[in-house]
Amino acid sequence: MGHAHESNTKKIWIVLIILTVITGVEVWLGILKPDFLYLSNFLGTSWLNWIFIILTLLKAYFIAWSFMHLEGEKTWFRRAIVWTPIFLICFLVTLLLIEGGYIYDTLGPLVKW
Amino acid sequence: MKSNSAVSSNKKETWSGGGVKPFGASYGKMMMWFFIVSDALTFSGFLAAYGLTRFKFIDSWPIADEVFTHVPFVHGEYPMIYVAIMTFILIVSSVTMVLAVDAGHKMQKNKVAWYMFATIIFGIIFVGSQAWEWNTFIKGSYGAVKTTEGKILQFVNEDGKQIALADFVTTERLDGREQHTKKNGLWFVEEPTIATYSIDQIITSYNAHPEVQVRTELITDQKKKTILSREEGSAQLAKTRLVVEGANLEVNEYGNTIFADFFFFITGFHGFHVITGILINIIIFFNVIIGTYEKRGHYEMVEKVGLYWHFVDLVWVFVFTFFYLV
Repeated sequence: MGHAHESNTKKIWIVLIILTVITGVEVWLGILKPDFLYLSNFLGTSWLNWIFIILTLLKAYFIAWSFMHLEGEKTWFRRAIVWTPIFLICFLVTLLLIEGGYIYDTLGPLVKW
Repeated sequence: MKSNSAVSSNKKETWSGGGVKPFGASYGKMMMWFFIVSDALTFSGFLAAYGLTRFKFIDSWPIADEVFTHVPFVHGEYPMIYVAIMTFILIVSSVTMVLAVDAGHKMQKNKVAWYMFATIIFGIIFVGSQAWEWNTFIKGSYGAVKTTEGKILQFVNEDGKQIALADFVTTERLDGREQHTKKNGLWFVEEPTIATYSIDQIITSYNAHPEVQVRTELITDQKKKTILSREEGSAQLAKTRLVVEGANLEVNEYGNTIFADFFFFITGFHGFHVITGILINIIIFFNVIIGTYEKRGHYEMVEKVGLYWHFVDLVWVFVFTFFYLV
């Protein structure tokens, strides 16, 4: 894009700090595993897992937007690249997780512990 | 100039798409993006399959921070620390890559070369770490037994902390087995490595140590593995079929074998991407050194391999979450 030639060095370091802090929080929560988050349940999994997933998507956003410079691409090119896989992945993951849950409900009771 | 070429190639720029740039993106860059989209779908397929399998065995899946607890050169258990360091290394390599691209925009050849070099080094450190992680996982840390029902039984002490077979198995092997080797004159037979301990030996030692308890794969309401009473443990141990040390594609001392299968497959596929990324980076690094892009007038090639490298980082962010955190 037009401003591709100006230096982004400062922004790059800020994104590095953001990504490091997010990873740090994830690891800290992962080691601590506070019971009120870990043992809770919301939409099929714990709040802790939802926090991990949201933080992961946030990291992915920063990598794609800043490092891969998606912010500088033309709007419709960006949309074609971003929304196509997001739609397909959501579709696939939803179906497969529902199927996995169904298999567990069906076969789980047959397993003797 | 050939008459059948669709776009004039007078400028000898066919590699960058003959000058036609839909959406302001050059041919090479756009194709790199389309490749990344398709590769992202491949990885999603694997991770979604992992999710399905995990939901299928939701009540007995291994707990990741009991599996990956080791840090090189350090004794003791530090769940997640090492993968966190690996994640950080990969993020830093992404930063040096983006700094190389940035220097390329300013046509600073030396800076591009040095940042590319740093990226390659960090990439190699990451792959090395991954290899270490694999090695630790394959060797295993505690040892377990597998029953005729295909369940893994592990051993814990009175505090409920997992202990290794070596911590309580003290008696003789009892079955008199020894590894068949050429050295012992058995040049005509080959066998896979036999386990350090025999089944009888483990059961005898279990009976001799009242503080040892058996832990099954089943996860309780408190999200911990079930610990059996001494009697129940004895009954389960009687069904032992196999002594398991470490993990591979057939058995896994940490629990479900398919957990190990997915671990090897997904982190392996990612590691393969990192290795190809390093190779491509090395090629581009030498191109920078010999001045290919200086002559071409732009460093877009660095940008394109940069996209691939960032994608590898992006995938790792998800692998990290779904294998180690969730």
